Amino acid sequence: MSGICAHFALTLGKFHLDAAFDAPGRGITALFGPSGSGKTTLLRCLAGLERAPGGRLSVNGEIWQDENTCLPIHRRRLGYVFQEANLFPHLDVCRNLEYGWKRIPQAERRVGLDQAVELLGIGHLLERNPAWLSGGERQRVAIARALLVSPDLLLMDEPLAALDQASKADILPYLERLHDELEIPVVYIGHSPDEIARLADFMVLMAQGKSVASGPLKDMLARLDLPLAHGDEAGVAIDTVIGEHDESYHLTRLDFAGGAISVAQAPHPLGTRVRLRIHARDVSITLERHGDSSILNVLPVTVSEIADEGPAQVMVRLDAAGAPLLARITRKSCAVLGLEPGMAVYAQVKSAALLA
Amino acid sequence: MIPSTFDFAPIWLTLRLATITTLLLLLIGTPLARWLSRTQSWLKRPVGAAVALPLVLPPTVLGFYLLVMLGPQGPGGHLTQALGLGLLPFTFAGLVFGSTLYSLPFVVQPIQNAFEALGERPLEAAATLRAGPWDRFFSVAVPLARPGFVTAIVLGFAHTVGEFGVVLMIGGNIPGATRVLSVAIYDHVEAMEYAQAHWLAGGMLAFSFLVLLALYGPSKRMQESKS
Amino acid sequence: MTNLKSQTSAVLLGLFAATAFADEVQVAVAANFAKPVERIAAEFNKDTGHKASISLGATGKLYAQIRNGAPFGILLAADDATPQKMGKEGLSVPDSQFTYAIGKLVLWSAKPGIVDSQGEVLKKGAFQHFALANPKLAPYGLAGEEVMKKIGVFNAIQPKLVLGENITQTYQFVATGNAELGFVALSQVIKDGKITEGSAWIVPQNLYNPIRQDAVLLAKGKGNAAAELFLKYLKSDKAAAIIRSYGYELP
Repeated sequence: MSGICAHFALTLGKFHLDAAFDAPGRGITALFGPSGSGKTTLLRCLAGLERAPGGRLSVNGEIWQDENTCLPIHRRRLGYVFQEANLFPHLDVCRNLEYGWKRIPQAERRVGLDQAVELLGIGHLLERNPAWLSGGERQRVAIARALLVSPDLLLMDEPLAALDQASKADILPYLERLHDELEIPVVYIGHSPDEIARLADFMVLMAQGKSVASGPLKDMLARLDLPLAHGDEAGVAIDTVIGEHDESYHLTRLDFAGGAISVAQAPHPLGTRVRLRIHARDVSITLERHGDSSILNVLPVTVSEIADEGPAQVMVRLDAAGAPLLARITRKSCAVLGLEPGMAVYAQVKSAALLA
Repeated sequence: MIPSTFDFAPIWLTLRLATITTLLLLLIGTPLARWLSRTQSWLKRPVGAAVALPLVLPPTVLGFYLLVMLGPQGPGGHLTQALGLGLLPFTFAGLVFGSTLYSLPFVVQPIQNAFEALGERPLEAAATLRAGPWDRFFSVAVPLARPGFVTAIVLGFAHTVGEFGVVLMIGGNIPGATRVLSVAIYDHVEAMEYAQAHWLAGGMLAFSFLVLLALYGPSKRMQESKS
Repeated sequence: MTNLKSQTSAVLLGLFAATAFADEVQVAVAANFAKPVERIAAEFNKDTGHKASISLGATGKLYAQIRNGAPFGILLAADDATPQKMGKEGLSVPDSQFTYAIGKLVLWSAKPGIVDSQGEVLKKGAFQHFALANPKLAPYGLAGEEVMKKIGVFNAIQPKLVLGENITQTYQFVATGNAELGFVALSQVIKDGKITEGSAWIVPQNLYNPIRQDAVLLAKGKGNAAAELFLKYLKSDKAAAIIRSYGYELP
């Protein structure tokens, strides 16, 4: 059985965890939820750092824990990136990297020292003591160190949480490279919806120790029955391909099944896969395609669902040839336009952020 | 001038006693400290208190109880005889036993504090990097607790060298077996042979100072190179 | 002015009178004499209204303390050599020295049936550890060594010797059974004139030199009425009875 299948129940003082999910065996799975919802506890259960008798975990067909088995931490072929790097202060960066690498058999080493160093851009830090590193550098070393045990599963506990904005911006591209270049499945506790929208492929939503819902990221972001699709940050993520650079207007056209969207010129070559983030607050709805609007991006869509969003507004889920979109409009507009599920309308996208 | 009748035997005996005791203390004290630093058991407090008892008891009192416990009528004496070890009082092994017990808190507490300060996080990191329990203990916990170990070794050794009350009570002042430095100095002072006493005491001070210097020196340099 | 002066001298006179009335003396006492001196001091305080307070210690330690300024007025030593030495060094008043007790040596075991009434056990040597107070430090140890040499068993017993720093520790070695037997002070094992526990042989006086325990007035006690009176009191019949009841002899 491929994929990551997990079920853990655990009581720690007054806190009860009872969470289960089936996530794909590749790509990044995000654990998302408010603080105190049990994300870190669940991640620690996956690693075996938290003893949870009766738990079950299999990773791409290999059983790590069930009624009969419970592999100790050091026998689970995992990598773990802690919230605060947790580098060994008595070893320099190079020895930190080698620590796990030396402890796995040569035949199992799929990630080489040079490769990890290059991937995370830490070649110039090797001689340094961890105490001398910046927060971002420390976290990159920690990620490289975790990769060097050639894990079958990489667990990351809010690796960006302790970092300032600059350090986050510094580290995100490395996480994306990880995603694109290595086949290792990752379970990731994310910091913000935008961060998750940028990185994750699959999502497990947590609340009060329970796994509330799980599914592909794109669906989860647009599910009106979940809190994610409400509030100011609500919005979808769409995977697109760079279709054209318009040099005269400095625009780039991004294509996906539901149509095309133009954004300010992007540096990527044609054909690159990039992810777009479109917030619900930036999408409006018209019944006809207007030629006289300043808004460039107009997509033909179908209304699939409407939900209340406070007394004055509604959240509308739209379908653009299989890709969900969210639009937040006033209740009045909704009534005036006579919107109801199944209606064909046009979505006007005021702005879209290129995530990579 | 060193008096011509100067007897070096107590010095060597003391060094042997202190070295063996310190090694034994590390062997016993390290797992004990480790257990105390992480256990949630209700036994933690009573065991911790028991380890600290020698701090409170005057050494001669502890020595007296050891004499009673390890004597032919005491439970300890029954045990050592049943094990074929004979009776411990008036033997070198008895001194090692007494000194180990007496110096236990001086070794356990610094190591325990170091382990507690260290926390579980570095060990968890090591575990996720494929290090088994023993491996991570020796490759992470011990090096990170190094200052605690240095303090423990210094205190354990120094304390055994300077220990007097316990060895006085269970030693019996037998040349080559239990006549250690502190007892020899005491004898000289009591016998009003102040010259010999001064030589021995001065030598003991100088030696102890050098040992402490040697142990403190490197860790100081290491800290400087770090910061 | 005159008035004030006379008032002042009246106050001072009162103070002197009060101090003369109840002087205090600190008495340094060898540990083996702890019990008798406690009773003697209690009687002394009751009878005279002065106050004698007792500090116990090994004679050698007391000597070192006195030499370094300890505030003792009287020393009751466990030997006669230390008071003599102090006289020569000007630490004491030489002609005040006298023997207040003569210690008796006993060969004792905490177990009945070990020591016979003739001390034959010494010749048989059927024991592992023999406790003796360090002869270099303790007069009872020196006396014990003399006895063994006189009987001719010293060389045989020497490897089995365990030395106590003082006679109290030597007693503990034997009392706990760690040493099967040893030489201790009769005063340690006697109760109401009888040896109640274990087995013992009171060593005849002809086998060792008398263990003279001497008292001496110290330089700091000179002119202290209580100190001088205490030394006198120590020679009284009342004190003598107490001293004898603890197994000491008198000269």
